[in-house]
This record gives sequence, C-alpha cells and structure tokens, in this order.
Amino acid sequence: MGNNILLLLSITVMYATPLIFGAMGGLVSEKSGVTNIGIEGMMRLGASTAVCVTYATGHPWAGFLAAGAAAGVLALLHAVASVSLKADQTVSGIAINLIGPGISLFMTRQMFGVTNTPAVPAKLPKIFGNKASEGILGYFNFDITVILALLLTIAAWFLFYKTRWGLRVRAVGEHPQVADTLGISVYKIRYFCVILSGILSGFGGAAMTLAIISNFTPTAISGHGFIALAAVIFGKWKPFGVYGACMLFGLAQALAILLGGADLIPSQILAMLPYMLTIAVLVLFVRNVSAPKASGVPFEKGQR
Amino acid sequence: MERLAKICKKQITVTILAILCGFLVAAVILACTGYSPADAFAILGEGIFSKPKYIVNVIVKATPIILTGLSVVFAFKVGLFNIGAEGEYIVGTIVAVIIGITCDFPPVIEFLLILAGGMLAGALYGAIIGFLKAKFGIHEVITGIMLNWIAFYAANFVVTLDRFHQPDSSSTYEINESGMDLIYRFKMSESGREAVKNSPLLLETVGKTDLNIGILIAVAAAILIWVILRKTTKGFALRTVGFNKEAAECAGISVQKNVIHAMMISGALAGLSGALMITGVSHKIMTLAATENYGFNGLSVAMLAGNSPIGAIFAGLLFAGLFYGGGSIQSTIGAPSEIINIMVGTIVFFVAIAGLFPMIVEKLGKKVAKRG
Repeated sequence: MGNNILLLLSITVMYATPLIFGAMGGLVSEKSGVTNIGIEGMMRLGASTAVCVTYATGHPWAGFLAAGAAAGVLALLHAVASVSLKADQTVSGIAINLIGPGISLFMTRQMFGVTNTPAVPAKLPKIFGNKASEGILGYFNFDITVILALLLTIAAWFLFYKTRWGLRVRAVGEHPQVADTLGISVYKIRYFCVILSGILSGFGGAAMTLAIISNFTPTAISGHGFIALAAVIFGKWKPFGVYGACMLFGLAQALAILLGGADLIPSQILAMLPYMLTIAVLVLFVRNVSAPKASGVPFEKGQR
Repeated sequence: MERLAKICKKQITVTILAILCGFLVAAVILACTGYSPADAFAILGEGIFSKPKYIVNVIVKATPIILTGLSVVFAFKVGLFNIGAEGEYIVGTIVAVIIGITCDFPPVIEFLLILAGGMLAGALYGAIIGFLKAKFGIHEVITGIMLNWIAFYAANFVVTLDRFHQPDSSSTYEINESGMDLIYRFKMSESGREAVKNSPLLLETVGKTDLNIGILIAVAAAILIWVILRKTTKGFALRTVGFNKEAAECAGISVQKNVIHAMMISGALAGLSGALMITGVSHKIMTLAATENYGFNGLSVAMLAGNSPIGAIFAGLLFAGLFYGGGSIQSTIGAPSEIINIMVGTIVFFVAIAGLFPMIVEKLGKKVAKRG
C-alpha cells in the first residue's frame, strides 16, 4: 500500500512536469496581457525539436535548449501578430497550433521517414543518476526536469512579486495605458513575455519527450498545452497556485495509469479522467476569477 | 495608393493574399529542404484536377469540413470560438453508428433518423460548452478542447463494446444498409451496378469513389445558416450578442440564452458532419490513435472564409483539395505531406494579421508621397 502511494506520487510529479513548464509559459504571457492559446503548438514543436536535435547531436541538453529556441521563434510569430499587428489573439493562437505541429511532423518525417521517431540515444539525467532505481530512493529519483520546474515556479514568483521588472509586467497586463504613461514600453514587455512563454512551452515539450517517453509521436503532446492553460486559470494566475493545479492534473493522469493496470475500469474511460477533472475543477472552484485585466486586448499607444 | 489600401482591406483581397502567402512560405520551406517547389505544386495540381475521380474525392473530403467550418462560423458570429467542433463531430459519428446498427427502419426514414441523431448529439455536446460559458464564465476554448478528448476516448470506448465491436477488427460493425447514403445504395443495387458498369464516367465518378449526397446537404446548410443569420429575428439577436454584449442586454436580448442556443446550433452542424461521414463514407467507427481533425480543419475553413457561411463552401473545397492533393506530393517526390499543414497554418496566420496588408501599402504610399 505504502509503495503504491509512493508510486502514485512519483508518477504524479512526472506527468505534472511538462504541464508546469507549459503553464508557466501561459502565465508569463497572460500576465503581460497577451492571451496565448498557442501553447499546445509550441509544446509540440519543442517536443519534436528536442528529439531531432538530441538524436543528431547525442546530447539531451542540446535538444532541451533547441526545443526552447524553436518554440521561442514560433512564439515570436504570435508576438508580431498580437502585439505589433493587433491581430485577434485567438485566431493567431489557432494558426500557431496549426503551424507548430505541421513543422513538427514535417521535420520528423524529413529526418526519420516516419512521424513516430525512434528512441533518443540519451535521456535527460535523473537527480540520483540513471542507475539508482532501487528501494525507496527509486521513487524519489525524479527527472532533473522536475527540479527545474520547481525552480522555475519559485523564480516566477520572485520575479513577478519581488522585482521591479515583475511589477512592470503586471502593470502592463492590468492597465497598459497607465504603464505607458509611466514610461514603460508596453510593446517591449509584451514581446519579451510572449517569446519567453514560447521558450518555456518548448522546454515543456522537451520535458515530455526527453525525460518521460524518450521519443516523439504525434500524440506525445495531446492537449497538454490546453490543460496547462486551464491550470493557469485554476491557479488564479499565481505561480504557486498554477504549480498546484498542474500537480492535480498530474495526479489524474497517474490515477488513470495505475488504475488502468488493475483492469477494473475500461482504460478508455480512465483516459478521460484528466480532461473531465479539468472541467470539473473549473466549474466547482473557479469563481470571481482575477485574470489580468488587459489580457487579450491589443494595446494601441495613445488610446484611452 | 489610397485606393490600393482600400482594396487591401476588402475580405476577398485578404483571402487571396493569405492563400498566396501560404504557397510562398511552403515554397520557401520546400526549397530549403531540397525539393523543387515547382514540381511539388505541379503534382499538387495534378493530384486534384487530373482525373474526374480526384475531383469527386476532393468534394467528398470537403463535405465534412464545410459543415464543421459552418459550425465554427456560426459560433463566431455570436463571439464564441467553437474549437469543440472536433468533439461535436465525434459524438455525431458515435450516435450515428449506434442508431445505424441498433435500428433498422425503412431506407429513407433510417437515413434521416441517423442524421437527426447525429445532430442532436452534437447539439447537446455544444450546449454543454455554451452552458458552462453562460453560467460559469468558463472559456469555451478550454471546455471545447477537454470535451474533444473526452469524445475521442468515448469513440474508442464504443468500438470495444461487444454489442458494436466487429470481431477480429479494430472497428465497429457497419451500419444497416437502410441507413446508408442514397448514392451508395443505388451503386449497390442491381440496376445501379449495371448502370455503373456500362458507363465509364459513372464508373470513374461513382463506382470508384465515396460520392454521396452529403455535399448537397452541406451547401443547403450553408445557405440556410446565411438566411438565419441575415434574415431572421433570431439571427439578428445572435449577431447583436456577438457585436456588443452590453447593447444586447440593454435591448432585452438575453446573452446567456443566446450563447447556449448558438452553441447548440453550432454543435448540431458539426454533429451533422459526423453523421454524414458515417452514412456516406465510413459506415462505421474505428479505434483511432489520434483525432482525424475534421473539426480542427473546420476552424481553418471558417478563418479563411472570413466567417461567411457561403465562403465556407469555397474554403472547404480549397483545403480539401490541398489535403487530398498533398498526399500525392509525398508519394511522388517524397516531400513530407505535412507541408500542407504548414501551408494551411500559414494561410490562417495571414488571415489573422490581415491588418498588415493595408498597413504596408499605406507606408509605401507615404514614402512615395515624400519622394514626389
């Protein structure tokens, strides 16, 4: 029993990690006032880039960084559309969700001839080394990405609430006109935050393919970007709240996996669990949400 | 220059420019990865137009995405983003298959019953999204995506049930023949077989394809939606909610009610799309590893159509042609067929940034004016 609980916890943490990266990406973009529903497409591009680069170079860290870079470039498109050109941010996000997976599949097919890639030569390391998987310690031998995700959350909290930069970002997200009169460049902050959101989402995709499943398949990222967005809402736009929300979704996934082995409930029904939980959580717990006020509204300099 | 800028603001110009940009970006990517764009586009064209069979196949492929496109258009008019069209389409196929296998009424009644069942399923599924949006303010994109995945697993679940699962396969039984499309039943009837055999054109266009009456229903639906939105009081109320919620509320138009109604009609269209897929093409559902994207492609169709119901017909045909013809790019010159996905994404992106085109013209105009 104790072992089962430990196993449940370790799987929870494992599956929450890509979500945390994606959700922090969504958070940073929303905080600056840009809705980014393209997280899914950026995570998928990150997932495939990570595998391709790791496969080509043999270094998983190179793959991890490349994933961030590729998704960052994709996010730049979203930034240009939604900040400079004042496009409808939902439509632009949809386009990103088409372009990202399109490039992913194009790239993997070009490189491997198929879209289900072979396993990468090396995964990202685990905190106690890849071999220490015996005894109680084995359950706590997390992927390094788990630690990175936690550090990222702490960093996000510190940056948003304890630094001048964070205050500026929040001001831009709440009331860009006021921020503008104080001499803060709304455009610059939004560009930076949207690109950063892409980089983080790319890391999230890489955390899936380089730490959890070790190869890329077209379903490696299946709705994770959107669950991450739901986590941002459920976490009420606060880093630790978002972190907790991701853990809850990780728990749903872990339950689905563990109960699936028991054969009590059909696996297809269990697979619905994380998605049902997302809706249930939003219905039951999210009232009087406090989204950044200017989120989704393009900023026009000089307009009140 | 001013006139040029004005032209650039027109919907049709935006559409054409966006399509051109899509081809341009695809050409650059193909060239960078070592394929000849000219060859690829020539093959794409051949894959769409060179045989009557291909053209019919494009029409067959266009039918579901015209309807899901209409679904997205309709919701968008009320200010809602129906990304849940995928799930509504899937529940449409599920209910269509369940009715088609369990009931066996006379031909036309069975066919209509299946369509009605699919529409009802889609409508209810859409209503969930609308209800959660209206009552709890939950963003329709989040609920929509979650319901898409739930529908996806529900379809796979139905395939595993003993009542529906065809042994030794990864699919359900086929629906009863009474529920199948009129053209299919004609083709399978004795006189029909004779007729198809004796006419090379019929053999090519009907015998070797899944041609079905779905396209007629899709076109009729597009016209009907246009009429509802433009010519009826309900349509006016819905569009008012889409334009300005506060104004609608002031005029005594209930925002909540209209949001739910809009999502029901939108869902019914996507469900109809799924039901027509069952009666006309697949006749069953299969276990799938990933969604078939009929709903997601409907989003692209709606964007390119500039949210015009009639435009959705043409946008649906274009994207169906690209996806169908794109398959031959891969089989002939080996370039990944996903280039089409990138192309479609780029087209949608350029539709999103439509403001760019007149902006460029205006800037150029100012430069020219300065020099002059």
